[in-house]
Amino acid sequence: MSEKKVKRREFIFTATYAVGAVGVGAAIWPLIDQMNPDASVKALASTEVDISNVEKGQSITVLWRGKPVFIRRRTEEEIAKARDVNLDELKHPEKDEDRAKDPEWLVMLGVCTHLGCVPLGDKGEYGGWFCPCHGSHYDTSGRIRKGPAPTNMEVPKYEFVNNNTIKIG
Amino acid sequence: MSNHEYTPNSKFGKWFNDRLPLLTLGKHLTDYPTPKNLNYWWTFGGILTFCLITQIVTGLILAMHYVAHADLAFGSVEHIMRNVNYGWLIRYVHANGASMFFLAVYIHIFRSLYYGSYKSPREIIWILGMIIYILMMAAAFMGYVLPWGQMSFWGATVITNLFSAIPLVGESIVTWLWGGYSVDNPTLTRFFSLHYLIPFLILGLVVLHIWALHVPGNNNPIGIDLKKPSKDTVPFHPYIVIKDLFALLIFLIVFAFFVFYSPNILGHADNYIEANPMVTPAHIVPEWYLLPFYAILRSVPDKLLGVIAMFGALFILVILPWLDTSKTRSAIFRPLYKQFYWFLVADVLILGYVGAMPAEGIYLLAARVATAYYFAHFLIILPILSRKEKVLDVPLSITEPVLGGAVSASAVRQKKDKL
Repeated sequence: MSEKKVKRREFIFTATYAVGAVGVGAAIWPLIDQMNPDASVKALASTEVDISNVEKGQSITVLWRGKPVFIRRRTEEEIAKARDVNLDELKHPEKDEDRAKDPEWLVMLGVCTHLGCVPLGDKGEYGGWFCPCHGSHYDTSGRIRKGPAPTNMEVPKYEFVNNNTIKIG
Repeated sequence: MSNHEYTPNSKFGKWFNDRLPLLTLGKHLTDYPTPKNLNYWWTFGGILTFCLITQIVTGLILAMHYVAHADLAFGSVEHIMRNVNYGWLIRYVHANGASMFFLAVYIHIFRSLYYGSYKSPREIIWILGMIIYILMMAAAFMGYVLPWGQMSFWGATVITNLFSAIPLVGESIVTWLWGGYSVDNPTLTRFFSLHYLIPFLILGLVVLHIWALHVPGNNNPIGIDLKKPSKDTVPFHPYIVIKDLFALLIFLIVFAFFVFYSPNILGHADNYIEANPMVTPAHIVPEWYLLPFYAILRSVPDKLLGVIAMFGALFILVILPWLDTSKTRSAIFRPLYKQFYWFLVADVLILGYVGAMPAEGIYLLAARVATAYYFAHFLIILPILSRKEKVLDVPLSITEPVLGGAVSASAVRQKKDKL
């Protein structure tokens, strides 16, 4: 009789704690989630860029979601250099063919994957980009070759709307 | 609050004190028995309290004129500098005050390391102090972002990106911290909110820090337990109060020198250029007081391990009382520890220096050696010294060696050399 009573009380305690924990969690979640990107930030999800004035060997930088995006029209030499790499040498193996849909156009986030600085173009030991903050070297495909950055510069979702326009996002 | 028998003289005082014993607290604070051999390294607690209050008062005033918005922040800081009455003075005191605060806290921490103030029974004081130190760094970092200059923006980008090193959830955490996909207006406004909050958290922790101090009482240069009150102690007021005030005066001369003669020498010229997300400054350097940790971060070639090493360098300080278990507190009686203490000081200075230099060549090598030594000091040298070191005889009281009744002549000689 008494044993049964204790079990019943334990159940009530456990159930109370569980409901209490769920309630506290549900109350705290809005306080945490309010810090995530809001509707106005998310609304700026895509941008269209006119690329008709970019000559071979030139790059332009545009702002997308507050981050710089490099759009580079690569020379034949740069393309050859990017494609003629043994994937085993790479820290983050990715084929140039997978990074640049149209070999002439390289579109990627101009954000160093180490700690988010903007790398400088036409610099570094691999003829691509060099990050001045902590010394990461990227090749002509934006792949990490040397330095602390863990991965290649990210290729965002983009498409060619027509011959002169790229839509990023 | 040991003095329970205290009775105020006036009738009103007695009436009030029976209801809220503030006068008992005041009496405890003025009578608080303090070791009579405290040297000037012990005055930095008072100096730090002054620094905290200065930052809160000047910060409160700056917040009356500053606008936390990505488009307006930079201009509003210039508005403070040029248009607000004495705005230049208040901002320079606040900006240099942060540096002075860290200068004092580093002296305070290294005093504790030299005299073994972190050891039993003062571990909680030490840990509270370390939490205060970490909050100070958070407050300083967020405060530096508010003027929205180039260093503000890129410093914020680099530091928040540290969290992206966390496996799996790192990217989501960084997006959450930013409130967007890069450092932008939502980041600025939340940093302003938190920058306003943290000093009051620190204030609360300072109260706990002092409360925990008043349980065992102050450590002292010879690091022995004292009978309190006794002929080894003096009351806090007026003896320590006047000594602290004198030290504060000297400290204020240094403070005033920076504010009035070189208010920008500790900052970076790049921060007078408005934030531009398209261009990273050629050379990103944090404020001087964060440089040793920055050097540790950069010395490790792997992103995640670098971040772990940097936070580890801080965390290792928190567990220090359990790494150095030597019963002798003061370095005066620990001949080997005393040498390694100075090696550590030199090591941290080297880390600070290479943290300001580009991460390449000889600087990178020096950073790696110094980082390895930093961890070796705490994880290898201190535990070994705790067991193997032959310590000198410690006097039984502060008065005893002076009166000639020391337990050993060597202890007296050691002590006289030092004091």
